[in-house]
Amino acid sequence: MEKLEFRFPAQPATPAAGAALCGVVGSGNLEILIRPGDEADTCVVSVKTSARGFGRIWEAVIAEFAARHAAGGTRIAINDMGATPAVVSLRLGQALGEYTGGVQ
Amino acid sequence: MNAPVANKLVLRRSYFEASARARVAAVLDAGSFREFLPPEASEPSPHLAVLDIPGAFDDGVIVGSASLGGRPVLVIAQEGQFMGGAVGEIHGAKIVGLLRRAVQDKPAAVIFMADSGGVRLHEANAGLIAISEIMRAVLDTRAAGVPVIALVGGSCGAFGGMGIVSRLCSAIVMSEEGRLALSGPEVIETVAGVEEFDSKDRALVWRVTGGKHRYLTGDCAELVEDDAASFRDGAIALLAGWQEPAPASSTLRAEQARLTERRQRFAGLRDGLDVWQALGVAEPRQIPLMDRDSLVALKKGLPA
Repeated sequence: MEKLEFRFPAQPATPAAGAALCGVVGSGNLEILIRPGDEADTCVVSVKTSARGFGRIWEAVIAEFAARHAAGGTRIAINDMGATPAVVSLRLGQALGEYTGGVQ
Repeated sequence: MNAPVANKLVLRRSYFEASARARVAAVLDAGSFREFLPPEASEPSPHLAVLDIPGAFDDGVIVGSASLGGRPVLVIAQEGQFMGGAVGEIHGAKIVGLLRRAVQDKPAAVIFMADSGGVRLHEANAGLIAISEIMRAVLDTRAAGVPVIALVGGSCGAFGGMGIVSRLCSAIVMSEEGRLALSGPEVIETVAGVEEFDSKDRALVWRVTGGKHRYLTGDCAELVEDDAASFRDGAIALLAGWQEPAPASSTLRAEQARLTERRQRFAGLRDGLDVWQALGVAEPRQIPLMDRDSLVALKKGLPA
């Protein structure tokens, strides 16, 4: 298992729920839990992944997510069982959608 | 387009393929579920962390309260996609806690959506103890007059300790896709050899553990389609007028005698096909091809 931590600037999110969970820790899948963070314009992400050595890809995927979405003021925790970057992007969008009460 | 046909196609939602959270949302009354220890409040498994394996926030099981057909129920739903739904220490403690709450609160029922290969071997004794505590808690819940209804239709079925737990429940609702047994097919093959049991033969696996077999042998009370709405209807139908019997040693002795007789009757039979023939099914080979309604009708016509 590898543990990764990222912080990215992002536009503040408007939460509709106290927390949102998306996905399952199954093969090729991951779960994402979004909770309120301490800084309104920062998205803090902690990842636990079974696949070692993919830190730079995680960084790229999450940076792209933070740049595209209003995901500031959040603390995102991820448990991963080898999801591909495309699945990670999809789930991040899904989880944020649930957290802000938008499209799922 | 013909609207009713289109609706029918859209409305069917596979229970087998759904996640535990999707099952909870689809089986219980819409919007009624309140989770105890939701993911943000629950603890992932410390044992998996020690082994350097990512855990799940809810440790692979969802517990809470809801209503089913307007009646209050407590709910357990195992997530088969996380470690095969296996029971670890926290997973088990959440189930036991929920069942103890049922003894206290006396809901109309506990709905137990089982989807598990049994003990989580990574957690060794903690997992084994958890399973034995669940067994005790299921019996305590039933003794308090609260029926525990197991729904078995997930990809992991109910095997090992969870096979026993399911049979300790008041009744089981199963789909053809569901499987229920003690030792899993691969365990049997590993221990006794491929001549004893070929776990790669999926048709054989379903003929000896699948929902249709369990329905014909009376191990599950209701056979339903692989559809969340059918599981819901099956559970509601079972609960209507259900009176949880008070535990009595005479009932246990009668059940023991029935099982002993059954074991003798089917001893030496190698395949579900042989068992169905012995049960009086004229064309056993047709059973795997039959739809749910035809099978229910066929069972009604079998000799008692």
